[in-house]
Amino acid sequence: MSTTATPRRSVTSILRRWWRQLTSMRTALVLLLFLAIGAIPGSLLPQRNLSADKVSQYYADNPSLAPIVDRLWGFDVYSSPWFAAIYLLLFTSLVGCLVPRLRDHIRALRRQPPDAPSRMSLLPMHRELPSGLEAKKVADVLRRNRFRVAVREKPDDATTISAEKGFLRDSGNLLFHFSLLALLAAMAFGALYGWHGNRILVAGEDGEFCDSLQQYDEYGLGPNKDATDLPPFCLRLDHFTDDYLPSGQPTKYIASVRYGTDGAAPTTPYDLQVNHPLELSGASVFLLGHGYAPVITYQDRYGDKQTTVAPFLPDEGTQTSSGAAVFPDANINPKTHTADKDSEIAFQGMFIPAVPDQPPYTQSTSPLPKNPALMLTAYKGDTGLDSGQPHSVYSIDQKQVSSGALKVVDMKKKMLKLHQWSTLDDGTKVKFSGLREYATLEIRDDPGETFVLASAVLILLGLLPALLVRRRRVWVRLGDTGELGGLARTEYDGFGEEFDRLGEAIAATPTREPDKIGSD
Amino acid sequence: MGTNGLAELSNATFVAAIVLYAVAMFGYAIEYAFSRRASMAAESEVEHRELVTVGAGGDLPADDAPEPDDAPANNSGITPAQALAAGKVGLVAMIAAAVVHAATLALRAGAVGRWPWGNMFEFIVALCLVCVVVWTVVVARGLVARRLGLFTMLAVVLLLGCATRVYTQATPLVPALNSYWIAIHVLAAIIATGLFLTGFVTAVLHLIRRNYHRVTERGGTLRFPFTIAPRLPEESRLETLTWRLHVLAFPIWTFAVIAGAIWAREAWSRYWGWDPKEVWAFIAWVVYAAYLHSRATGAGGRRFAPWIAILGWGVILFNLFGVNLFVHSMHSYAGV
Ligand code: HEM
Repeated sequence: MSTTATPRRSVTSILRRWWRQLTSMRTALVLLLFLAIGAIPGSLLPQRNLSADKVSQYYADNPSLAPIVDRLWGFDVYSSPWFAAIYLLLFTSLVGCLVPRLRDHIRALRRQPPDAPSRMSLLPMHRELPSGLEAKKVADVLRRNRFRVAVREKPDDATTISAEKGFLRDSGNLLFHFSLLALLAAMAFGALYGWHGNRILVAGEDGEFCDSLQQYDEYGLGPNKDATDLPPFCLRLDHFTDDYLPSGQPTKYIASVRYGTDGAAPTTPYDLQVNHPLELSGASVFLLGHGYAPVITYQDRYGDKQTTVAPFLPDEGTQTSSGAAVFPDANINPKTHTADKDSEIAFQGMFIPAVPDQPPYTQSTSPLPKNPALMLTAYKGDTGLDSGQPHSVYSIDQKQVSSGALKVVDMKKKMLKLHQWSTLDDGTKVKFSGLREYATLEIRDDPGETFVLASAVLILLGLLPALLVRRRRVWVRLGDTGELGGLARTEYDGFGEEFDRLGEAIAATPTREPDKIGSD
Repeated sequence: MGTNGLAELSNATFVAAIVLYAVAMFGYAIEYAFSRRASMAAESEVEHRELVTVGAGGDLPADDAPEPDDAPANNSGITPAQALAAGKVGLVAMIAAAVVHAATLALRAGAVGRWPWGNMFEFIVALCLVCVVVWTVVVARGLVARRLGLFTMLAVVLLLGCATRVYTQATPLVPALNSYWIAIHVLAAIIATGLFLTGFVTAVLHLIRRNYHRVTERGGTLRFPFTIAPRLPEESRLETLTWRLHVLAFPIWTFAVIAGAIWAREAWSRYWGWDPKEVWAFIAWVVYAAYLHSRATGAGGRRFAPWIAILGWGVILFNLFGVNLFVHSMHSYAGV
């Protein structure tokens, strides 16, 4: 034997040992438990994929802890490498465990039930049978009870009958586990080839949008999905219907939209509701929420008017919302066509759908726009919008305020009802000139969905026999005397009763009449 | 009667159900403590070990031995016959309670014109009813003695008591819940949770009985809760019952989660988004899967099995109370 073979063999034997370890049922169970434990932090820490704002909040609240949590992927638990490591190990362990079991099961299905043990009285279940039973009749009884049966003639003139039942248990078990793998694979497929985008759709023709990534406020694109092959469709919101109980609990949300597919203009009407998505080919449109977009007009010192439709973000539950309107192109001198220095304008404040007669005015009396009002603070200076830094459209850039680049300008009237003007300290004016509804939409395509559902159904179909069917074997030996023995191969409380029932049925089969045998 | 009247009547029947369950618990408690059958189960156990005389096996389910109904077996003044009567009263009270309990849900459904399980309060009320019905079936099939209803009643009364802390008025559904999936997903979750609750009760009893064996074998002194153990059924009987309840509950739970995922695709656009409620439903699924595997991994796994079942119930409770009340979840229909 050469000297180099020894270390190589020991490496393979170590690997083989690890593989056996990894693919044992106990390891799979431990990994499954790890997966469950690993999922916990994601439910307790804010997650980026659910709410990026909450993550920022966490950073603000725990400035020293947050970076450490972040480095451990604490805000992206379900896309973290360590979470992936757990489920990939589990995946491998399952494959390694299942393939040999599938092989064994197929072999068992094709094999005859094993022969009776020589000393049947040692079996957990045993009873005597009357002598002279006919093997064929006994086998028929067992077959009628849906056992797989093998009859063997013995050299000592005895006949043994082996019967086995409950293969569906293992079939179900394997189906369950393989479907679990299929489910994981289908989820991965959907993540690779799917995409989704979120979009605020303001009512009216000018709010219309057509599907392309730039049109989304936020989006996620699977690694194997190309931005250029999003399905071409267009959407427009006509109006939004909402209804509430006196308590403020919503009872109805309907977004009346129009859509057009394959690049056509949006003309086909559809009532988009929660639980009632619009299914287009290649994408589905879901209604996630709604809100109001005040129309704000600003008249600058040159008398130029500019109007913007600014979607405001509602607080959860009520429709009292907060938002901002920015006019970066305000105060451009019409003669020189250059902007006055530091005279960009921004407003930030609240929208109240039904302002009460008495303070606090921010406490809306209804989520419906019965008496809408805007409470604004005006800012002047450099809004920071040209810096190219991405920034929330629902608030002004706080950095510009704290650095002094944006300064508060006093306003005559702080609260504007619909169509009211207010004059700023510098003589310019702002108007609450209109109100639009908007719907928050999610557009999503997950090509793995159908496979995930199919796998889930198979998981359930496998689970039932895996849990409810029991494997058991019985043997009959017919010689000078008869015996019946039984063995439950899985936990089976009712086996005693079944065994007794079988015993009675077998004992009741007609016996060979000795004289008849003699006469033949 | 107006819908408001129905809602009020529903509240009245809810209170009546709790009171009746408490009465049933009291009746079962008397039977548990003083009935002849219970003490025979206990004594035969002792005999079994001390004299090794078989014949009165401790696991006689129906304990069909004749009841000598004179002379109190102890100095409490309660005769075995009276204890037996108390048990019967308990049974009647329990069944009356279940009827009233079902009426609570039916009246609520009538008051709001929808399925009566749209919030956390209603969910708990419904799952407790499932637990009681399951328990009644278990007793009717002779799998355990009636007197053990004491423990189920205790669990149900405690949980219904918790439900009063999250009481929610009968109101129509928010748009997100307005779907036929509420009948499928939530009903499945209710049935599975009710079964898990029953299984949790028997798992605890199994543990008590098992540890009692261990304590007495060591010759140690018995302390609560093991002092109640001599009147419990055989360890194997409790183990099997716990197992069967979980075997039944697990596929239903699996179905409830799958149905939830299908609904989530309709309502929230994705079938699975690692929302805290989904995460904890998954954790519960894994824990119960581990329980079901525990018996297949040999004696060691079997020793842990009841603990895993108890952990599973802990996860279910956390998902119900913890996630609904303290964690921010999209799935927050608790209504409190
Ligand atoms: C994968 C998705 C889902 C999972 C894993 C899930 C899980 C659960 C669980 C474990 C419960 C039991 C009670 C509890 O712990 O609160 C439950 C109850 C409930 N589910 Fe879901 N669910 C899902 C999706 C949904 C969806 C999409 C809706 C409706 C839009 C919904 C509505 C409800 C309601 C109304 C209840 C009963 C009230 C309550 O206790 O909150 N579920 N769900």
